[in-house]
Amino acid sequence: MPMIQAHALNLSFGTGAAINQVLHDVNLSVADGESFGLVGESGSGKTTVLRCLAGQYRHWSGALSIAGAPLQHKIPKEHFRKVQMVFQDPYGSLHPRHTIDTALREPLIIHGVGDKDDRINEILLKVGLNDSFRFRYPHQLSGGQRQRVAIARALILEPRVLLLDEPTSALDVSVQAEILNLLADLRQREKLTYLLVTHDLGVVTHLCDRVAVMQHGKLVELLDCQALSQDQAVHDYTRMLVQASRDFSQASERRQVG
Amino acid sequence: MSAIKLNVQGLDVRFVSSQKETHAVRDVSFTLGREKLAIVGESGSGKSTVGRSLLKLHPPSAKITAKAMTFGEVDLLSASEKAMQKIRGQRISMIMQDPKYSLNPVVKVGEQIAEAYLAHHKASRSDARERVLRMLEQVHIRDPQRVYNLYPHEVSGGMGQRIMIAMMVITRPEVIIADEPTSALDVSVRQQVLNVLEELVDQQQMGLIFVSHDLNLVRNYCDRVLVMYAGRVVESLAACDLHYAEHPYTRGLLAALPSMDNRRAHLPVLKRDPLWLTQ
Repeated sequence: MPMIQAHALNLSFGTGAAINQVLHDVNLSVADGESFGLVGESGSGKTTVLRCLAGQYRHWSGALSIAGAPLQHKIPKEHFRKVQMVFQDPYGSLHPRHTIDTALREPLIIHGVGDKDDRINEILLKVGLNDSFRFRYPHQLSGGQRQRVAIARALILEPRVLLLDEPTSALDVSVQAEILNLLADLRQREKLTYLLVTHDLGVVTHLCDRVAVMQHGKLVELLDCQALSQDQAVHDYTRMLVQASRDFSQASERRQVG
Repeated sequence: MSAIKLNVQGLDVRFVSSQKETHAVRDVSFTLGREKLAIVGESGSGKSTVGRSLLKLHPPSAKITAKAMTFGEVDLLSASEKAMQKIRGQRISMIMQDPKYSLNPVVKVGEQIAEAYLAHHKASRSDARERVLRMLEQVHIRDPQRVYNLYPHEVSGGMGQRIMIAMMVITRPEVIIADEPTSALDVSVRQQVLNVLEELVDQQQMGLIFVSHDLNLVRNYCDRVLVMYAGRVVESLAACDLHYAEHPYTRGLLAALPSMDNRRAHLPVLKRDPLWLTQ
């Protein structure tokens, strides 16, 4: 049974003449334990798909299901124990005046989970921090550490699916490598399913098995990451993306030869 | 590389406040001719600070010292504020990272570009308008007449960045400092913006200082690369030799890039050596 399924997902904003359809019949199926990538340029609708699954947009039409349970437009609390989201900007996604402890405690309070202190310590260790971080504020942390806290907050309810919205694009290369390694390890250890949105083909091939390419709210191509790196993409737009991210390394090779 | 435009020797920048002193840039030396020079490094390595020091855009709490900092015949260190005004925007201009924050949201983009021109040239409004329209064409904006009258929120990110470039280049400066000009843009749009910038640099024989954290991009785009770590230049080499970089920091950064062609289970993580801070 697929972990995440979307069938004929449509979504539009506005009404009447100003209607703007942002998703057109998106079909997706992600297996349990799989890591699935969504790529495309800004405005292609990739983040919108995540937001529908996370329950941030509720006026979509079509069918969505997580672990076989269809998603209703009114979302029960239990949904959020299965699905959690990590956002792009760790500077914007943590409350500046809440300590790390408060941030991590909040989901536990909402869902009435016990053993709060133990769970917070445990989750901090899991993401490579320790309990000395508990009573600090976000401004006392580096970007990489903040993103670790954001991942910890998503994982503290022990979800099965993580929706990752460009989790490393605000980070430096050296820190990006650390976070990508952490995400790869966590997926293996906790048997998580990932749906990763990014525009960096290097990141997507590193972390994912399969990738879907989106343009203007439509899925235009679905392929294995291996096929992607072997230049087997068929759709023009995908080829353009591959070319754009290859240009750099190829040009430098040409220079060395020439 | 021909005539040297900028010569910087032993640049030191400290930010002093009552509680503490931050030594942001330590002993940085470089020269810039008619070329594309990249400054790379992670956040906090001092790369933007170097760019801003050249234009003296720092608050008074910054203490800038150097053995030499000259631009053509002008000594930037001793230049008065009035002399700097003549240089800023006209002879050295700066392109910022995010067009959304650097354009005035309530002024039409065409008028903003004209303002940049009129600040340094005596010309009539209609003359300035003509020039702006031609400039917009040069940065490959398809319908300059229409775009002239748009407000910043009505243009896309890539177009916004090209408008910024138009604004900075219309005075025909000798040196452009571009501070991460493409990191807010998509892959496809990024290439367009880079091409536009390259064209202008070639045509008008400018020197370009390209501040970036993207090693892959810099490798292809620039002629020379300075790698900065904790305020120091740890390595300086030709961009095409980046592969043969010797400093462990540069090597570590290159290895940490996820690549489409070389999938690894684990990315090597940078191990920082305290020795890098002093050597």
